[in-house]
Amino acid sequence: MSDANVKPAIEVADLVTHYGTRKILDGINLEVRNGEIMIIMGGSGSGKSTLLRHLLGLHRPTSGSIKLLSTDITTATSAQMHELRKSMGVAFQGGALLSSMTVGENVQLPLREHTKLDEELMTIMARLKLEVVNLGGFEHLRPAQLSGGMIKRAALARAIIMEPKLLFFDEPSAGLDPVAAAELDELILRLRASLKMTIVVVTHELDSAFKIADRITVLDHGRILITGTVDEVRSSPIERVQNLLNRRPRDETIDADEYLSRLTEGVVD
Amino acid sequence: MDYRVSKSGDYTIVELAGDVDLSCSPDARKAILRCLERSEHTLVDMSGVTYIDSSGVASLVEGYQTAKKKSLRFGLLGVSEAAMSVLQLARLDKVFPIHATLQQRLDADV
Repeated sequence: MSDANVKPAIEVADLVTHYGTRKILDGINLEVRNGEIMIIMGGSGSGKSTLLRHLLGLHRPTSGSIKLLSTDITTATSAQMHELRKSMGVAFQGGALLSSMTVGENVQLPLREHTKLDEELMTIMARLKLEVVNLGGFEHLRPAQLSGGMIKRAALARAIIMEPKLLFFDEPSAGLDPVAAAELDELILRLRASLKMTIVVVTHELDSAFKIADRITVLDHGRILITGTVDEVRSSPIERVQNLLNRRPRDETIDADEYLSRLTEGVVD
Repeated sequence: MDYRVSKSGDYTIVELAGDVDLSCSPDARKAILRCLERSEHTLVDMSGVTYIDSSGVASLVEGYQTAKKKSLRFGLLGVSEAAMSVLQLARLDKVFPIHATLQQRLDADV
């Protein structure tokens, strides 16, 4: 990336968070550059979804800071967050479309929330975005009438309707057939090229990650194992990274005392 | 964003400049639609546009559709590379008549 002297789009510093007494994220430091596609990768329970939820401002961390476009969202006021959210788009794993609304109405939601544009203009804008995600002509359907891949694309259309500077995408390929998954990857690349967005994708799909990533960060047990380019991650000497890449089951070391107390006393909240 | 409206032969030229985004595309839209309401053949000169978002693009779409309904000529001039890539995203580069300059448009009209 050429804009080394531009402030990063996202800066996470010393992020620690707990669910109850369980530490989920343990000192995360991460920078996402402007215009970059950053993949957050890791197995189930690695903390990647928790990290995403923190980046979205849905949880307050135990400690540490998260700056999005130079605003620290751990200390931001609700007015600042509201303003910042105009520059953020999110495509959730399950789509999170409102089932009582048509696809077109769902896609228009952020415009109604944040703008006072003319009705005709909003309708055309939503249709344009549906065209971009290859759902042209599907605006009158309800989410229940869409396939899994279509729901993800509709969610993406809604996420980009405001042309956000930051786009977050949770598990774009999960549950899709290989062709639909590959099409979605292509779409993410085209969006970045045209709209110059900074994109954070959370996934455990290796093929997809390697195809679209500028850089990848690999999470494991709430810590970052490595952040680097596709080649750097592929050639990493770290065993746990290689385990993930080669789909080897992990060899857990068991802390006998902790395990016993978890079985006998449960987890103390 | 700034805009300027001028006449050149058969055409009214709406010259847009700067960023055409959510905050100002309603103005651009009104300027374009006003020309068409007056039944003027309209060209949108985008050579000074530094950025256009989908609200701007939607305004152009609405303008073109309005022109078609009224059998008026419509088109875009001087579309920058950045604006072109936004148009391409929704395949609109194949929809709008696009010319580099007014002269090229006039040549194409003949």
